[in-house]
Amino acid sequence: MESPFIEEVLSITLLSLRVSGLAVLIGALAGVPIGTILGFKRFRGKRTLMRLMDVALRSFVNTLMGLPPVVVGLVVYLLLSSSGPLGPLRLLYTPTAMILTQLIMVTPIIIGVTMSAVGGVEESIREKALSLGASNWQATWMVLREARMGLLTAIIVAFGAAISEVGGIMMAGGNIRWFTRTLTTAIVTEVELGNFALAISLGIILLTMAFAINLLLTIMQLRGVRG
Amino acid sequence: MHFHVEVRNLCKDYPGKRALIDVSFGVERGEIFALIGPNGAGKTTLLRILDLLDEPSSGTVLFRGAEVDYSIKDRKDLRRGIGMVFQRTVLFNMSTFDNVAYGLKVRGMSEREIREGVKAALELVRLQGFEGRNALALSGGEAQRVALAQALAIEPELLLLDEPTANLDPRNASIIEEVLSRVNREGKTTIIMSTHNVFQAENLAHRIALLNEGKIERIGAFQDIFERPHRFLSEFARLENVFSGFSKATPEGTSIIDVGNGLHIEAAFERSGSVIVHIPPEDIILSTRPIVSSARNTLEGLVVQISDLGSIVKLKVRSNRDFTAQITKRSFNDMKIGLNSKVFLAFKASSVKMI
Repeated sequence: MESPFIEEVLSITLLSLRVSGLAVLIGALAGVPIGTILGFKRFRGKRTLMRLMDVALRSFVNTLMGLPPVVVGLVVYLLLSSSGPLGPLRLLYTPTAMILTQLIMVTPIIIGVTMSAVGGVEESIREKALSLGASNWQATWMVLREARMGLLTAIIVAFGAAISEVGGIMMAGGNIRWFTRTLTTAIVTEVELGNFALAISLGIILLTMAFAINLLLTIMQLRGVRG
Repeated sequence: MHFHVEVRNLCKDYPGKRALIDVSFGVERGEIFALIGPNGAGKTTLLRILDLLDEPSSGTVLFRGAEVDYSIKDRKDLRRGIGMVFQRTVLFNMSTFDNVAYGLKVRGMSEREIREGVKAALELVRLQGFEGRNALALSGGEAQRVALAQALAIEPELLLLDEPTANLDPRNASIIEEVLSRVNREGKTTIIMSTHNVFQAENLAHRIALLNEGKIERIGAFQDIFERPHRFLSEFARLENVFSGFSKATPEGTSIIDVGNGLHIEAAFERSGSVIVHIPPEDIILSTRPIVSSARNTLEGLVVQISDLGSIVKLKVRSNRDFTAQITKRSFNDMKIGLNSKVFLAFKASSVKMI
């Protein structure tokens, strides 16, 4: 195989990693704090109205967790298209648009999983930390520490969803060669062109990469069990 | 001179429930103060308020003579000198060392101070060598001792304990009791603890408060409270050897009480009708051979339960009814009693007290 081919595969792989990695990173920076706030038991008020709002909010987050990527891609497309409200930014068909699409997709996943992980930590852990002299922030940090397995699960699930996603980035990124083509969109293209061998190769690269990253995260998670 | 901890007219209301009603008491510096009462009496609520985890609905708490300001949201400075051991053991998912070190770390102590503090606290609860073990892998008794070490590491001037030995085996319970009396004796630590165990209260506490349905029913030294046990105790505080039955006066001026299951107890009072009687466990003579004595009541039974309370041992003996006898550790060892040992009990008619 000639070197431009390898170069192209490499650039496609790196773009996939960059887009999904940044989407998950930014999503975690926003989603973990929000999920933590929602997950804290003391926010479940005693009043009926508070409870209703709480249930509604949780259901909303859970619904967003299952957002169809093509719908997100469509919304981003409409927002960024030249006649859309964000058209002047000229971001349509750029990696930034793809990151935005995946960000919208993975943030609810990170919020939802963080919420249940933090909610699963008993209130007694927070009280124990407070009782031992921790400040409110230190006690919250201890709850997150106890929920660390769940937080890592949030990252694993979000990254898995992002790296395997195709419909959303296809719409927002346009699948432009050397610019916005990722492993998943490249596979779609190659299949359409009948290049099955190439499509399968790209599929193997995608799987291998996903496996390597999950292996790393899982090792971190298992280490976390023992504290 | 003021109390170390003082509670004035404390009330705590939960929706639909009054957990504490007008509770007032003072605890001296260096005192061990025990709260005794049934589940739901308000013991945990009271301790949680003292640890600043809950706010009172009304009333005040004074610590070192100064009123505690519950409106402050971050209470770490107020809590600085207070350690608490919860009834349900809670430990962090980290090593035993890190668990015990936590209170010192959040106080900004140096590495060396932390190492020394953790070492001393673990030695106190006799868990040297456990530093590297994950705290969640410990047995129930060990875990509760780590929880105690966590609270002790910060060298609290006030130690709060919520039924610290509930659900623990006698060995771990007695280690905890020993530690408590030691830190109180040597460190002059003030201790406020709740317990179900009347023996524990008697062994450890200088004073006792009986808490029932949110109110303090009695307060005072063990002897003052338990000399004439009253109905509340027999019903709730799991006082041993309490029997109800029908009493018949005899021509000799005593009474024979039918307490059921074919058992009749002779008492030194004259009374006919329904009675509730109590025989203090320390008044019961225990022997491995049949007892010939002046005691009017003799029974034969099997040892069904042994509770090691440090210097004394409490034995539950199954006869027509269950009796609890209390003997010293030395006699226990000398007599070579074990589970299912056959023993004989004797107690005088004058030891049978009417409640």
